[in-house]
Amino acid sequence: MGQVGRLARIPLPALAAASVVLVTTALAFVFFVAPNDQFLGFSQRIFYFHVSIAFTAYLAFGLGAWKALVHLWKRDPNADLESYVAIHQGVIFGVLVLVTGSIWAKYSWGHWWLWSENQLVLFLVLFLFYAAYFMLRYSVDEGPQRANLCAVYALFGVVLIPVSFLAIRLSQKFIHPVVFTRHGANFGGWIMVTYLITQAAVIVLAYTLYRVELAGKRLDARLRLLRESYA
Amino acid sequence: MTTAEKYVTAAYCAIFFVVLVYVAIIALKLQRLEREVDELVHKPAASEEPERETVTVG
Repeated sequence: MGQVGRLARIPLPALAAASVVLVTTALAFVFFVAPNDQFLGFSQRIFYFHVSIAFTAYLAFGLGAWKALVHLWKRDPNADLESYVAIHQGVIFGVLVLVTGSIWAKYSWGHWWLWSENQLVLFLVLFLFYAAYFMLRYSVDEGPQRANLCAVYALFGVVLIPVSFLAIRLSQKFIHPVVFTRHGANFGGWIMVTYLITQAAVIVLAYTLYRVELAGKRLDARLRLLRESYA
Repeated sequence: MTTAEKYVTAAYCAIFFVVLVYVAIIALKLQRLEREVDELVHKPAASEEPERETVTVG
């Protein structure tokens, strides 16, 4: 059995417990262990969750695209639903990235948003692209045609992930702090430890929410079939 | 509380709020599913034909 298969077998209560423990530990590290950043000061503490959530959103969009590919390739009926739920998670985490980023920007730059910042605009484009996925999904009747259309759309969007993540790193002009450069992470010590714990916590939390939502959607689909057979 | 602390608090409250709303929506959906399962469980009993009176023939 592959890694993904093993992950899917972890019981939901265990995942939920791991999420609670990891998020609590991450918060303790963020507020009581990590030192103040030399340049950004106390406000840098926003970044532990902001950056972790951003990476998790990229992961969720990537998972959504991968499941879309599996749907188109193997015609796996579960893959369409899994792709949809992963993209939904990505959009929710995308909202959190935009909100926490704007709060930090208001404090540091004096503006909620700067259109001149490539990283912000590219992330917004990625977010809006996947937000539009839901408009497409709910404007087409349920069936193979909708699943195929959504899968193709999700695959197109994945191109924006490396563009959003890497392209601005090749640019010389930016004021948004860059945490990871081509030469590695821009921090070490307790800041790195805190970031890694936070990243693990956010990924486990996102995976737990993904599994809960997926279980609900599958139950809903089965219930619909049952209702039709009763009718 | 300094200005930086206020902004950090606001950011973490926003994260907490969004996750809480998400969990609440999932909980509402599960409640709806539970209600629908209950309806289905009781449906066959309601739609069953009324028991016919037995009569002796011949």
